[in-house]
Amino acid sequence: MTEMLETTAPIVVIGAGQAGLAAASKLRDLGHAGPLTLVGDEPEPPYQRPPLSKAYLLGEMARERLFLRPSAFYAERDLTLLTGRNATEIRRDERQVMLSDGSALPYQHLLLATGARPRLLPGPDLQGVLVMRSLADADRLAEAVRPGLRLLVIGGGYIGLEAAATAVKLGLQVTLVEAAPRILGRVAAVETSDYFRELHRAHGVDLREGVGLAHLTEAAGRVTGAVLTDGSHLPADLVVVGIGVLPNIELAQAAGLTCDNGISVDAYCRSSDPAIFAAGDCASFPWRNQRIRLESVGNAIDQAEVAATNMLGESCEYQAKPWFWSDQFDVKLQIAGLCGRHDRVVTRAGAGAGRSHWYFHGDRLEAVDAMNDPRVFMVAKRVLEGDRPVDAAFIADPANDLRALLAS
Amino acid sequence: MVSITYIEANGTAHRVEVAPGLTVMEGARDNGVPGIHADCGGACACSTCHVYVAAEWIDRLPPRDEIEQDMLEFAWEPDAERSRLTCQIKVTPELDGLIVTLPERQA
Ligand SMILES: Cc1cc2nc3c(=O)[nH]c(=O)nc-3n(C[C@H](O)[C@H](O)[C@H](O)COP(=O)(O)OP(=O)(O)OC[C@H]3O[C@@H](n4cnc5c(N)ncnc54)[C@H](O)[C@@H]3O)c2cc1C
Ligand code: FES
Repeated sequence: MTEMLETTAPIVVIGAGQAGLAAASKLRDLGHAGPLTLVGDEPEPPYQRPPLSKAYLLGEMARERLFLRPSAFYAERDLTLLTGRNATEIRRDERQVMLSDGSALPYQHLLLATGARPRLLPGPDLQGVLVMRSLADADRLAEAVRPGLRLLVIGGGYIGLEAAATAVKLGLQVTLVEAAPRILGRVAAVETSDYFRELHRAHGVDLREGVGLAHLTEAAGRVTGAVLTDGSHLPADLVVVGIGVLPNIELAQAAGLTCDNGISVDAYCRSSDPAIFAAGDCASFPWRNQRIRLESVGNAIDQAEVAATNMLGESCEYQAKPWFWSDQFDVKLQIAGLCGRHDRVVTRAGAGAGRSHWYFHGDRLEAVDAMNDPRVFMVAKRVLEGDRPVDAAFIADPANDLRALLAS
Repeated sequence: MVSITYIEANGTAHRVEVAPGLTVMEGARDNGVPGIHADCGGACACSTCHVYVAAEWIDRLPPRDEIEQDMLEFAWEPDAERSRLTCQIKVTPELDGLIVTLPERQA
């Protein structure tokens, strides 16, 4: 049963990141006029994370440019932004959120947009061992990098690879180790792993796959290197750990909400408590007979906007259209769709340096990785959104104009 | 400061002052101009920061690079001459007086 919500009822959003901000903006755009509070535990107002491992770390983008909205926005939209505060408890029976500063916020509807946090290595904290999630993390790394230093990146996912590429540009000597047999193993096909392995090696990254970290070595609380699972010893001045993230679900769990690799929501972004919604990196949602969790800006925005709409009494289904990008060296990677169950990959040579990998499951197109080929990305995104049929042989011939795929 | 006018699809004009060094997209974002989504934050990866540049400005802007060109071809109702991605236009003093019109939709 849907409960009618007055547009004046109080709404609280926990997590002032990409999803939290998108939801709060959307609520105001849709005419919600009641108290609206955005609570975030970081000191900064909502900012974008993607540049942290790219332009910001390179020193090419000033800090102010990261902020998703100017500071005047919050007052203009009558949006209460509480930064530097943690939501510590959800009292569902009283419909109140307790904050670390001792205050309590009443809500009619609540959005959990708590994001994810980096997985850490076991063992004590060492100086010189860093992660890449927040602006504070990026500042710590930016402070530590110096040309000539030896950097060890642990983990060959997108964050690790971007950190490696940026560090090379900054003049560091970079080694990257990936415990799995290949980099990007969970998120891309062999062809894409091969492409990025070559790219990184061509730029001087010592990239090692199938070899994990046994343990770090230290002197006086500062990292000095690592011993790898093959017994080799690598000296290092800095270590960046990029071994994935964990969704921030503890608050939801403690409140008794159903969680399953994320806060479980239905197609309407509703958790197991109909007054509470979740969106972004923290939410696991139904997608084609399975439950998935996406870690991307596009998902954070779109899902948050659907959640916001439904908080005002609508019943919109969230139709995820997964897409992602990553910048490494001179390559812009754009991904449409989701890698997961393909049984065939077709490579297409694009104009100039462009190249793309098309993932098929039987006859059905599942995803496309486009390297320096934005036209392919744009076409693939539309093809996937429209669930249009695609002929693999047509794709493989670079002389064929992809526009034909949109005309059918 | 550089003066830029953003005209919404419905005709509402926003004349704002933007600091050199930012992009035309950031000028809209920082001044609350609706209609430019900029989902990718300026990475030239999403094409949701598309505008039509006023005719007299087409030749006064630095040309599109290949990536912008390709992204634009598949933006919402692109115009071969006037379409630009605002995240790819750096604000410089030469842009003072720039006028851009927003499309009806971004995607
Ligand atoms: C370095 C880096 C590069 C990336 N690059 C890309 C890219 O190129 N393309 C792409 O699509 N995506 C990229 N991503 C992923 C993208 O940034 C995330 O998917 C997106 O930020 C998710 O938004 P969110 O709002 O769900 O979570 P977040 O942005 O993480 O926001 C959640 C916020 O909630 C706060 N919070 C958590 N618990 C509480 C609590 N109890 N009380 C108060 N506040 C709380 C967190 O501290 C955080 O500030 C990148 C991420 C990183 C870290
Ligand atoms: S902001 Fe995404 S392409 Fe311009």
